[in-house]
Amino acid sequence: MGAKVMVSFTLNGTPADVVVEPRELLIHTLREKCQHTGPHIGCETSHCGACTVDMDGMSVKSCTILTVQAQGAQVMTVEGLAAGGDLHALQEAFMQEHALQCGFCTPGMLMRAWRLLQENPNPSEEEIRYWMAGNLCRCTGYQNIVKAVQYAARKLRGEAVETSHPLLEPAQ
Amino acid sequence: MDTSMERLAALEGMGCSRKRREDPRFIQGKGSYVDDIRMPGMLFGTMVRSPFAHARITRIDTSRALALPGVHAVLTAEDLKPLKLHWMPTLAGDVQAVLADGKVSFQNQEVAFVVADDRYIAADAAELVEVDYEELPALVDPLHALDADAPVIREDIRDKAVGAHGARRHPNHIFTWQMGDKDKTDRAFDAAEVSVAQDIVYPRVHPCPLETCGCVASFDKVRGDLTVYITSQAPHVVRTVVGLLSSIPESKIRIISPDIGGGFGNKVGVYPGYVTSIVASIVLGRPVKWIESRSENLSATAFARDYHMHGELAATRDGVVKALRVNVVADHGAFDACADPTKWPAGMFHVCTGSYQIPNAFVSVDGVYTNKFPGGVAYRCSFRVTEAVYLIERMMDVLALKLGIDKTELRLRNFIRREQFPYTTPLGLEYDSGDYETALRKVLAAVDYPALLAEQAARRADPDAEWLMGIGVSTFTEIVGAGPSKMCDILGVGMFDSCEIRVHPDGSAIARMGTITQGQGHQTTYAQIIASEAGIPASKIQVEEGDTATAPYGLGTYGSRSTPVAGAAVARAARKIREKARRIAAHLLEASPDDVEFDLDRFVLKGSPDQSKSVKEVAWAAYNNVPEGMEMGLEAVDYYDPPNFTFPFGVYLCVLDVNRYTGEVRVRRFYALDDCGTRINPMIIEGQIHGGLTEGFAVAMGQEMPYDESGNLLGATLLDYFVPTAVETPHWETDYTVTPSPHHPIGAKGVAESPHVGSIPCFTSAVVDAFGHLGVTHMNMPHNAYHVWQQCRELGLART
Repeated sequence: MGAKVMVSFTLNGTPADVVVEPRELLIHTLREKCQHTGPHIGCETSHCGACTVDMDGMSVKSCTILTVQAQGAQVMTVEGLAAGGDLHALQEAFMQEHALQCGFCTPGMLMRAWRLLQENPNPSEEEIRYWMAGNLCRCTGYQNIVKAVQYAARKLRGEAVETSHPLLEPAQ
Repeated sequence: MDTSMERLAALEGMGCSRKRREDPRFIQGKGSYVDDIRMPGMLFGTMVRSPFAHARITRIDTSRALALPGVHAVLTAEDLKPLKLHWMPTLAGDVQAVLADGKVSFQNQEVAFVVADDRYIAADAAELVEVDYEELPALVDPLHALDADAPVIREDIRDKAVGAHGARRHPNHIFTWQMGDKDKTDRAFDAAEVSVAQDIVYPRVHPCPLETCGCVASFDKVRGDLTVYITSQAPHVVRTVVGLLSSIPESKIRIISPDIGGGFGNKVGVYPGYVTSIVASIVLGRPVKWIESRSENLSATAFARDYHMHGELAATRDGVVKALRVNVVADHGAFDACADPTKWPAGMFHVCTGSYQIPNAFVSVDGVYTNKFPGGVAYRCSFRVTEAVYLIERMMDVLALKLGIDKTELRLRNFIRREQFPYTTPLGLEYDSGDYETALRKVLAAVDYPALLAEQAARRADPDAEWLMGIGVSTFTEIVGAGPSKMCDILGVGMFDSCEIRVHPDGSAIARMGTITQGQGHQTTYAQIIASEAGIPASKIQVEEGDTATAPYGLGTYGSRSTPVAGAAVARAARKIREKARRIAAHLLEASPDDVEFDLDRFVLKGSPDQSKSVKEVAWAAYNNVPEGMEMGLEAVDYYDPPNFTFPFGVYLCVLDVNRYTGEVRVRRFYALDDCGTRINPMIIEGQIHGGLTEGFAVAMGQEMPYDESGNLLGATLLDYFVPTAVETPHWETDYTVTPSPHHPIGAKGVAESPHVGSIPCFTSAVVDAFGHLGVTHMNMPHNAYHVWQQCRELGLART
């Protein structure tokens, strides 16, 4: 144990100040101190990516980052994806293409895909599969996740997409 | 007025690919899983675990741990003994140590439970608990468990001659379970023109849900009641068990399964961590959270399989199967905690005659103890159906090779015919319905099977081909929906399930079931059944499961039983509502109930279609204007005891290429046809299939839990345990036929485990087929590159 230190970072656009031991992992700070419980923990060997958040323009596994390393960082979690209350194209896509079941990998998948589409707005199926390979899913068999990322990519490029989720229809 | 098509669409009922109602919260990080729960004063518990597979505990010193600031308690077996909770009953009728009582019997077994302010302090304190061990020889090979000089694992029951499932003939012997007519089967083998035999190992694997097991136990000393948030696939059963163990009445126990991050059979049973959390909360009067790590999950919670099978088939020369004989050694680990209906210690393994007319069959399963963690039934197995299907599908391939008959042709010659259903098997099951031949022919046409065979023949003819080609097939019959209460119970509770629907005055409804989703989409699909049966739009129906304070008693979700059992209860409860609503509608229309009929979302006077009352109007009337003598309100409950299981089936075909120099296997194509009768939501079924096939790929191609001779579990982290990413996972093609279950209220069968059950033998079939022309009849899983390369080298195919 070490003496606690204060760490300040920006979480989904809002300043966050936390007091942590130097050994505290970012995932625990986000979940337990910031009460952003969207990011999850699925392993302790840095494989599953359920804890993926975006930090300073990179997809990071927040179980493998110390909170003290986030000093001054811009951190974004799944809770910040629906900016201004509108769902992000990826969130819409995951619902439309049935790309989630239990939902446990979903926050990490979404955050990884969010960064992927900024790095590569027009990915091939092979590229999506490879670029999402840091994220494990036990339910979907990935196929619909690939379809969802393709859907979101199309929508973000301004191409037509077909939406049939009633919750996504404009309010009447 | 809306057209009937528009009204039908507005209901979002049976058969439509309705989008999921679970999704909005999950895509925004607003799910509520156990580790998201925070309660005032909540502490965190963690386990001290055994480094040895088999050892006596000579001393446990908790003083240094207790002295650490922030530590509130360290429980050992000595603390649990006065409560008689150092051992707990299992679903298999055995007992399991909660905290090791004088000795450990598997590596990572629970030895002490540390409770601290948070998980960091708890981890520090666990390191400070000193345990002295005296190591004992470990038993890891189940085939030597019953040797005269085998180490005795269970000294607590060493001299117990009769276990929960009959006589025991050795201290490491758990049970012998037999089914079928042995003499008749032996005679059929003696008289057979041809017979084949094969040793087949189904390796130990793990369901590895992405969310591990955990709970938050909160005993309220003032109110005297216990609340437990828990990763349980059977919360009502847990409530009953906790009531039995704690002597708290069930009415003062509330078990809540919140959102669960996948179960896959891993979260059926009660684990020591749950018990110690409850005890700690009772002792300390504060909530206690326990969340295990991945390695703890993979090394100490329910494993799957570990069946060592010897199969034999007898047949005529032209391939008509006459008899099946099977002997199994089942490795159950140190305690028999195998989740099964009480009377079925080998689950539904007796479905192993498969999709075929086999007049004679006999199976014998011996369960044995080893120094490994408990389990057996998990991971989409439908109670050992994975093993049963693997056995028969492998044996059919072995027989086909011996006879020189194409394996699809051999299956066609032996299929149970469509007109033979309901079909009684020699092992006592009555299959409800099936049309196997149509399904197989559909798949063979879809993949152009003759062209595949021609391509394979050309490849085989080329001695320089670097890639061998294999074609695998699996034509399986599942058995899901446990089950009829005269056959099936869990610790004495019949395996019914239930639904309660309450229609509000505004025509919306709340519905609760005794099952519990772990991602299968129940909150979406149950509403679809109600929509079609009672005419309430699915979007107006709130579906809830998992809270024992509110949901009707049910047996939970596993064994693909939700649709067969609770799905039936849902339909029947909805029909009760429909019937009452019809009577209210007749009253409103001033007509005889016999003259009023249900039409999608309204009740219509026969012969006068413009005279009708909508379900919504009837719901309002139910609260202010009902016929004289009728109870007010509009709600119904149904507890459904199924008359039989459902028997979905499937035809899977896999094409793959094997590199003779590296052993690398590349799946080229996988085509899966599933028939689960009436399809409630095709989108959700497809998602279940994708997930199940991916598990099958993982099991067949890479997953294993090997032990070394000292009983060290090798590879119980994601460093080694193979969970495929999107890169490794093949693209799946899916298809279907519809053969409804005649006994089910909506003709629907379970399906979720079919893809796992059916795909694994299909992968093995394809890998073995790549070597079939070289005399190979079987290869044990996993078919990873190293194992396959070893096969290549043995055949002289690899570079030397």
